[in-house]
Amino acid sequence: MDFSFTDEQSMLRDTVASYLADHYAFDARRAAIRSEAGWRPEVWKAFAEELGILGAPFSEDLGGLGGGPVENMVVMEEFGKALVIEPYMGTVVIGGGFLKHSGHAAAPDLIEKIIGGEAIFAFAYAEPQARYTWQDLKTTATKDGTGYVINGQKAVVIGAPYATHLIVTARTGGGQRDAQGVSVFLVDKNAKGVTTRDYPTVDGQRASEITFENVSVGVEALIGPEGHGLPLVDKVMDEAIAATCAEACGVLRRLQEGTVEYTRTRKQFGVPISSFQVLQHRMVDMFIQLEQSISMTYMATIRLSDEAPARAQAISAAKVQIGKACRFVGQNAVQLHGGMAITDEMAIGHYFKRATMIEGVFGSTDHHLARYEALSFGKAA
Amino acid sequence: MNLDFSPEDVAFREEVRTFIAENYPKDLRAKQDSGEPLSKDDYLAWHKVLAKKGWVAPSWPVEHGGTGWTPTQKYIWSEEQARADTLAVLPFGVNMLAPVVYTFGTEEQKKTFLPGIYNGEVWWCQGYSEPGAGSDLASLKTKAERITGDDGKEYYIVNGQKTWTTLGQFADWGFFLVRTDPDAKPQAGISFLLIDMKSPGIEVRPIITLEGGHEVNDVFLDNVKVPVENRIFHENQGWTCAKALLAHERSGIAGVARSKRGLERLREMATTELSDLGGPLLADAFFKRKVAELEIDLTALEYTELRTLAGESSGKGPGPESSILKIKGTEIQQRLQELALEAAGHYGAPFLHNLGHNANIGPSYADGVAGDYFNGRKTSIYGGSNEIQRNIIAKMVLGL
Repeated sequence: MDFSFTDEQSMLRDTVASYLADHYAFDARRAAIRSEAGWRPEVWKAFAEELGILGAPFSEDLGGLGGGPVENMVVMEEFGKALVIEPYMGTVVIGGGFLKHSGHAAAPDLIEKIIGGEAIFAFAYAEPQARYTWQDLKTTATKDGTGYVINGQKAVVIGAPYATHLIVTARTGGGQRDAQGVSVFLVDKNAKGVTTRDYPTVDGQRASEITFENVSVGVEALIGPEGHGLPLVDKVMDEAIAATCAEACGVLRRLQEGTVEYTRTRKQFGVPISSFQVLQHRMVDMFIQLEQSISMTYMATIRLSDEAPARAQAISAAKVQIGKACRFVGQNAVQLHGGMAITDEMAIGHYFKRATMIEGVFGSTDHHLARYEALSFGKAA
Repeated sequence: MNLDFSPEDVAFREEVRTFIAENYPKDLRAKQDSGEPLSKDDYLAWHKVLAKKGWVAPSWPVEHGGTGWTPTQKYIWSEEQARADTLAVLPFGVNMLAPVVYTFGTEEQKKTFLPGIYNGEVWWCQGYSEPGAGSDLASLKTKAERITGDDGKEYYIVNGQKTWTTLGQFADWGFFLVRTDPDAKPQAGISFLLIDMKSPGIEVRPIITLEGGHEVNDVFLDNVKVPVENRIFHENQGWTCAKALLAHERSGIAGVARSKRGLERLREMATTELSDLGGPLLADAFFKRKVAELEIDLTALEYTELRTLAGESSGKGPGPESSILKIKGTEIQQRLQELALEAAGHYGAPFLHNLGHNANIGPSYADGVAGDYFNGRKTSIYGGSNEIQRNIIAKMVLGL
């Protein structure tokens, strides 16, 4: 039993934290999300060149730092604390995950580009008709000679406006919601037939609606086995969810600590409002939610190496805890700050917005409760 | 015990329903449907129709323009307005200030101010909260010093800052709580002043909220000169007016009829949205259960409000029990916003505020649900936070 971090992992955390302290103040972030680009390529460049963190979860053979899920967890937790918008999740966790686990021929080359900050990925999986069941796909990839032709529409693709590459789920067979027939493709964002409609999201990111109209790709675009891509998608999704939980822990910590600090300085009725027992108990409950979330994030991250059903169950359990904590801690942080938290001027409201959106990222609390129930009690239960 | 409407009530409901259908301004309806921002005139369009009809202020005493309706008729009126998604008449003049004027004002003040409120000619805003005085409103610091002007008349010179002034950017006049005796106990040194917002020295600055909207403002007062006759009630006894006003603010806050309409909209949305299993979201066992629980909670609140109304008709004013309506009413509104955001799924994320209307990204019902959720957190904070409301019940009702 050991929950401690290695020296390398602690160093990674310190490196990220200290860079963000210098370059990711609330005002700098706000200026970036309001800018036309919506993000800061120079920050991304610094992640690649100055900090070298874009290689955190890749093996040393591939030019990485030799880490894995725990390194992603460390980075994402620090990112959560600063509300980082740059596309580590889409690029390193998800793009890198698909390349790493599929053994794709181009993986070493593309991972090198990820580590160097040149290749940026966005994961186009959601579709307008689908909720959180990621095999619910209307997008099709039809065999055409040696390659495929992709047609369909993808919804709310986070980070797509700044991506160079898209990872796209599409049907090469089976019915709309079948487990069989799911394939994963790597598509150049500038490929002919790809059109995007970009917009900001409520939590300061950018996303796109993407239409694929007769997009021709070669056979090398296929990632993983044709028609049997779902287990790979599940695995990468579970890694992405674990990393999201880690991000949430960073967000929740800021919400919880920020609230304690605020109530100590805010005076009403001649005393700091932190002296009211009803608020103290509320803050204790927020703290408990944070601690439980950290525990579940560690558990989920460690169990990413389990076989599929056990892994999925652990991940869904963690996401349920995180979803509930995001709502409780987020809402109460706002309540205890009063009207101030609802203004655009104060950071706390922005943490609240991110916490709220994390509830739905890669599946809502209800979705993961249902997934957990199915895995724990069987489908019939 | 009887829950049935009398034949007169049924006829009244028909009359009201027909009136709304025939007279609700068409352009306003179109703007509401498309989600376009409303202008000052838009906010007042329905108010003016109602003023002409004589239905702006059902709860006022008849001699000042009230309708003399029974509690059941008032209930029907609010139900029908919510059912038709009418824009609510702005509360600042009609529901907040007017009861203070007709209860505590002089005859002269009633004559001067009530008609403008009634007819929607004067837009009022509220100057209560300050950066340092929120839940502890009585600690307010904006001070008013009495002087004799060069013209030999008496004035107050007002200095300070007010905050959270809703729609203050449109206001012609404001009602303000100011400190006139800095040495008295907090509640004892406050006066209730009516201030022309065009007075020199007033500056209204927008506060942009999380969803990107501009609804609330800071109001700065720098040596603002206010004639003494604009004070309501006695000097240093403004707290009495404020307390009466807060009770009225609470009683309207349950929003039962609006929440019922919100539930209908949620059901519509969840009938169109698909669940993880592919059928309508409303058929999803988890979601359906949550909607059912909320409906039951709202039914309980509805009957609690009806009991309060029945009590009022037998002569009791809105008492401390109205805090129940505020707490439960806002919790239910917030729960509705949570479920709407959940129902929207992925399309809760896009922020289309600056892309204009009909951006055609995701279903139209999903546009703005996240913003409503974020902004809706204010309801458990304003009008006396829900923690303060619980203190009121603990103290005034339970005697703790």
